[in-house]
Amino acid sequence: MMKKFIANWGNFPVMESEEKSFSFSEQIKDSLNQTDSIIARGNGRCYGDASLEKYTLSTLKYDKILFFDVEQGIFECQSGITLDKILEVIVPKGWFLPVTPGTKYITVGGAVASDVHGKNHHVDGSFSAHVLEMDVLLSSGETLTCSTTQYPDLFWATCGGMGLTGIITRVKFDLKKIETSYIRQKQIKAENLEEVLRLFDENQHYTYSVAWIDCLKKGKNFGRSILMLGEHAGLQDLDAKQRMEPLKVPAKKQISFPFNLPSFVLNQYTVKAFNFLFYGKNFKKEINNVVSYEPFFYPLDAILNWNRGYGKKGFLQYQFVLPLESKQGLIEILHRISNAGMGSFLAVLKVFGEQNDLISFPKKGYTLALDFPVRNNLFPFLDELDKIVMQYNGRLYLSKDARMKADVFWKSYENANKFQEIIKKYNPGFRINSIQARRLHITQ
Amino acid sequence: MPTVLILGATSDIGFAIARKFASEKYNVQLAARNTISLQPFQSDIQIRYGVQCSLHSFNALDFNAHSGFYNSLVPKPDVTVYVIGYMNDNEKVISDWEESLRTINTNYTGAVSILNIIAADYAAHKAGTIVGISSVAGNRGRQSNYIYGSAKSAFTSYLSGLRNKLYHDNVHVMTVLPGFVYTKMTEHLKLPPLLTASPENVAEAIYNGVRSKRDVLYVKWFWKWIMLIITTIPESIFKKKKL
Repeated sequence: MMKKFIANWGNFPVMESEEKSFSFSEQIKDSLNQTDSIIARGNGRCYGDASLEKYTLSTLKYDKILFFDVEQGIFECQSGITLDKILEVIVPKGWFLPVTPGTKYITVGGAVASDVHGKNHHVDGSFSAHVLEMDVLLSSGETLTCSTTQYPDLFWATCGGMGLTGIITRVKFDLKKIETSYIRQKQIKAENLEEVLRLFDENQHYTYSVAWIDCLKKGKNFGRSILMLGEHAGLQDLDAKQRMEPLKVPAKKQISFPFNLPSFVLNQYTVKAFNFLFYGKNFKKEINNVVSYEPFFYPLDAILNWNRGYGKKGFLQYQFVLPLESKQGLIEILHRISNAGMGSFLAVLKVFGEQNDLISFPKKGYTLALDFPVRNNLFPFLDELDKIVMQYNGRLYLSKDARMKADVFWKSYENANKFQEIIKKYNPGFRINSIQARRLHITQ
Repeated sequence: MPTVLILGATSDIGFAIARKFASEKYNVQLAARNTISLQPFQSDIQIRYGVQCSLHSFNALDFNAHSGFYNSLVPKPDVTVYVIGYMNDNEKVISDWEESLRTINTNYTGAVSILNIIAADYAAHKAGTIVGISSVAGNRGRQSNYIYGSAKSAFTSYLSGLRNKLYHDNVHVMTVLPGFVYTKMTEHLKLPPLLTASPENVAEAIYNGVRSKRDVLYVKWFWKWIMLIITTIPESIFKKKKL
């Protein structure tokens, strides 16, 4: 049997695993019978250890489109198809994904298991809000169709449940109507954190909003940011050339990071320079333009394997959410990061809308995501940040996590007990399991 | 719109070929033993590429049904691709006559049975393309898989003869030697990445080969040279090697 070393997007941790694949659902049962502990894995774009286990079941070949209602905007597919392939089919017909994260290279199964969110969370919620029904193949070999009305406990434990209830095999979800594939974009420079939070508030009516924040700035420019807002453009917003093909799917233009950069390349000076350039490229206080959906939603997808920029040791992405009333916590964490000078290319700030699901990450408040190259002193530093997150009633995103201590999970996810009960019901003996679930004491 | 027939559509390579041709605006006829399991493949091709896709029950080992199968196809395909193959562990195959027979019949006899019928039709109409997926394992028999290898060797010879005959009837016959491919069949093997193609690579090469009327297609070019070396080793030396 073939074993190979695999890691998710952060290249940390790396582990030896035996990968199995399938093109037909009957083959999943064979794989389940041949293994004692297995987890479904899509395109490996979660950052940490969520889809790692002694055995992994790759869904990538299980990628067929089953149904597409072009009138009503309903889409049904097998779980291994990636969002970029879906966009190629739906955009020319005037539809868009109801929710998309910052990369289109994730599978639909992953979108459900992580219950991904996007720049429109405050308006449209997370991905699970658009799932009409799905099939979950349990460790017993039985397939159950679940929704908010059928096996609702299974449905809610599967949305954001990191693949622990069973193998998600089929998903049916609704789409968003678009008139063009372009985005009317507004970028506003904010001098500091106060200003960007005020701007988020003033621009709540925008469907899409997110800010890129420079965590290394201190003093009066602490938290300087660029707020990016967007709406799907109508025909009247396009110029003559764009109007020739209003539902154009942009051609693939990708450059690839061919190798791992040596770790020393990323240090606080290079990151500061990057952030300076990024912030400085916007001369004006405000920019308004119409761009293709690609650069607006997926700026980093243009650089294939950008994760290699963090070197062989990999990186951790740290994403937390704090309730709106905990702005002080956000300031405290940003101060810690700025003082530690640990470096991060990107810090992404977003204000979530209401959400109160069983185990999904989003809830109303501020969410901040940033990257840290793996270094010796990083882990104790993040443990310190965890304490602040907990103190302010926040929590961490499991799809980014590779190192949180179990008690942090149990204290910060208020439905953890209920989640575990449902997993025990549908996945008795935890034959479907991951190293993350064990680390967080969900499955032990 | 032209039509392509895929014999063996449930395999990773078969379906990759179907998708490639569909993306180039071919209507697709998918043939396999179990058409129910092909239904997701059908919807996928129709929705992604906006072409027609039909499902047909076909068993390579049911020789008597082959003529009826081909007669039932409407329209007749412009391109026929025989992707069906079967490989099991050689020790199991040689110790079990049923397995030997299955290996030979799936890789060779079944192909001859259906392709004879299709070749006759193409020759009569002075048009058509036949693609046979054979194997580099057929270039020289080795102790590790000589039943599979000899069946593929026979298939390669058949395609070569067919090409010679049908050349005069304006029918193109292409032999494909994929080398290692990442598929369900090879999932348990550790394959050298440089020498191994994805099913999509194979499909792309086949589509291009059909367009440019290639005779013999190695998907990864160095396989041609590897096989040249392997076939020129004198038998007196080759027989002593553990290959």
